Amino acid sequence: MTDQTALFEYLLRLGDNTLVLGHRVSEWCGHAPVLEEDIALANTALDLIGQTQMWLGLAGEVEGSGRSADDLAMHRDVWDFRNLLLVEQPNGDFGQTLMRQCLFDAFHLELLTDLTRASDDRIAAIAAKALKEVTYHLDRSSETVIGLGDGTEESHRRMQAALDLLWPYVGEMFTPDAVDDAMLAAGIAPDLKALRARFDTRIDAILTEATLTKPDSTYAQSGGKTGFRHSEHLGHMLTQMQWLQRAYPGAAW
Amino acid sequence: MYAQMVQSEATAEDPEKLAAFQARIDAGEKIEPKDWMPEGYRKTLIRQIGQHAHSEIVGQLPEGNWITRAPTLERKAILLAKVQDEAGHGLYLYCAAETLGVSRDELTEMLLDGRMKYSSIFNYPTLTWADMGAVGWLVDGAAIMNQVPLQRTSYGPYSRAMIRICKEESFHQRQGYSIMMKMAQGTPVQKKMAQDALNRFWYPSLMMFGPSDKDSVHSAQSMKWKIKMNTNDDLRQKFVDQTVPQAEFLGLTVPDETLRWNEDKGGYDFAEPDWSEFFDVIQGNGPCNTERLAARNKAWDDGAWVREGLMAHAAKKRAAKLAAE
Ligand SMILES: [Fe+2]
Ligand SMILES: [Fe+2]
Ligand SMILES: [Fe+2]
Repeated sequence: MTDQTALFEYLLRLGDNTLVLGHRVSEWCGHAPVLEEDIALANTALDLIGQTQMWLGLAGEVEGSGRSADDLAMHRDVWDFRNLLLVEQPNGDFGQTLMRQCLFDAFHLELLTDLTRASDDRIAAIAAKALKEVTYHLDRSSETVIGLGDGTEESHRRMQAALDLLWPYVGEMFTPDAVDDAMLAAGIAPDLKALRARFDTRIDAILTEATLTKPDSTYAQSGGKTGFRHSEHLGHMLTQMQWLQRAYPGAAW
Repeated sequence: MYAQMVQSEATAEDPEKLAAFQARIDAGEKIEPKDWMPEGYRKTLIRQIGQHAHSEIVGQLPEGNWITRAPTLERKAILLAKVQDEAGHGLYLYCAAETLGVSRDELTEMLLDGRMKYSSIFNYPTLTWADMGAVGWLVDGAAIMNQVPLQRTSYGPYSRAMIRICKEESFHQRQGYSIMMKMAQGTPVQKKMAQDALNRFWYPSLMMFGPSDKDSVHSAQSMKWKIKMNTNDDLRQKFVDQTVPQAEFLGLTVPDETLRWNEDKGGYDFAEPDWSEFFDVIQGNGPCNTERLAARNKAWDDGAWVREGLMAHAAKKRAAKLAAE
C-alpha cells in the first residue's frame, strides 16, 4: 500500500465515522424525549456533518480524481464505506443512542487530541477544529450516561442493556491494521494501544459514576473500518441518504 | 362564543384598573410578568403564545421528514440548523408562556391530548425535496409576516421572544427560496417538483393567517391590547403582494387564475383559500393531523423514562450535596 492510498483510506475512516454517526443522530430530529435534547442532538449532528465535509473534502483532494465530499458521501456503496461498525448501529432508544455516542466520543476525543499533532498540517488543522466540538459532545454524552445510569431502576436497566449491546463494537476502534500502521509510521495517526489505555481510563470513570458494569467480554466485532463486512444496517441508511442523488443523476440541488 | 367570553372577562375587571392598564398599553409601555393584568389578557396570551410554541415544535416534523434524505451535505446541514432553530423558538416561547403562570409540561399535555392547537399548515405532507424549498419560502415567509409586527406586542417577554425569533426566521426564508431557485433552474423534473410544491402549499400558506377577522370582537379586543397587531386580511394581502413577484422571478405559476394586479388598491386581487378545508384541518381532519400528533405523543411517551431518570439523578445529587454540607 502506498502512503497516498493509506492516507486516502485513513481520511475516509475519519469522514465516514462522522458522516454515518451524524446521519444516525439526525434521525432523532423532532422526536427526542425533551426539547433541550432535541436541540443538543441536532447540534451534535450538525458538528459531525461539518467535520465530514472537511474530512471527505480532504480525502477527495488526496485521492486526486476530482471527487468532492458529496460525491464520496452520495456515490459509494456499502463496501467502500470505512466507518466503524459502532456508528452504523441503529439508534434504539434514547439511552442506546447516548451510550453509542459516549463510547464514540471518548475514542474520538483521544484520537483528535493526537491528530492535532499530526505531521500533516491539513489533518492537524481539521482535528483542532473538531476537537473543540467533540470536547463538548463528550461532556454532554457522558453526563447523560451518568444521569441515566444512576437515575431510576428503569433507566439504569436500559443503560446497562445498551452498554452490553454495544460493547462488542468497542474493540474495532483500537485494533490496528495496515492502514493504521502506515499512518503511525508517517507520524499522522497515534498508537492505538496507547489510545486504548486513555480511553479505558475515561470510560471506566464514567461507567463507575453511572453505576454501570463494564462487560467482561473482550470479543470485538470487526469489518467496518476495513469495509470487509459492514452490518446490514448501513445499506438501509444509504438507501435513504443517497436516494435523491441516485434517482436524479446529474441534477444540482 | 369564546370571543364573547373574553370580552365579558375583560369587562368584569375593576374598571379603574382596566383603564390604567389600557393607558399603559396605549402609551407604548411593556407589560411585565409581575404587573397587574386583566384575566382575559393573560388567558388570550397563554393561548396565543402556547399555540405558537406548539407550532414551532410540530413544525419540526414536516421538515425533519427530509433531513435524512437531503441531497448534499451542505443542504443537510442547513436544514438541520433550521429545524434546530425551530426547536429553539419553541423553547423561547414556552419560557415566555411560563411567565404567565402555566408550565411547559402543562402546555405540552394540552397539545398532546388535543386541547390546544398548532398551526394548520403543519398538517400537510412534505412529499419531495422541493417541499423543503416551498416550506421555507412560503411557510416561514408567512410566519415572518405574522411575527415581525409582534415584536412590538405589549407583553414584554413575548415581544422579546419575537425579536430573537425574527432574527432567525429571515435565514429560514432565504434558504427555502434558494432551494426553490435551484429547482426552478434545474432539470425539467426538478422544475416540475418546484411547481408541484407551490401548487400544494399556496393555499395552505394563505390559510396560515386565519379567516377574515374584520368583524371579530375577540380580534378587536386583542388589537386594543396589542396582542394582535394587524388584521388577518391585511397580513394575507401583504404576503400575496410580496410573494407573487418572487414566484414570477422563479418562473413558477401561482395556482390562482383570478390573480390580478389591482392598480387602485396597489395590491393583488386573489382567490380566497377554501375555508371549509381550513376548518376540517383545524378539527383534526387534515392529511397529517393523526401522524403529527402521534409522533409528538410517541416522543413524549417514549421519553418518559429519560426525563424520570435524569430527574431522579438530579435529586440524588442534591441530596448528597445537602448531606455533605
Ligand atoms: Fe420558527
Ligand atoms: Fe414560527
Ligand atoms: Fe422558521
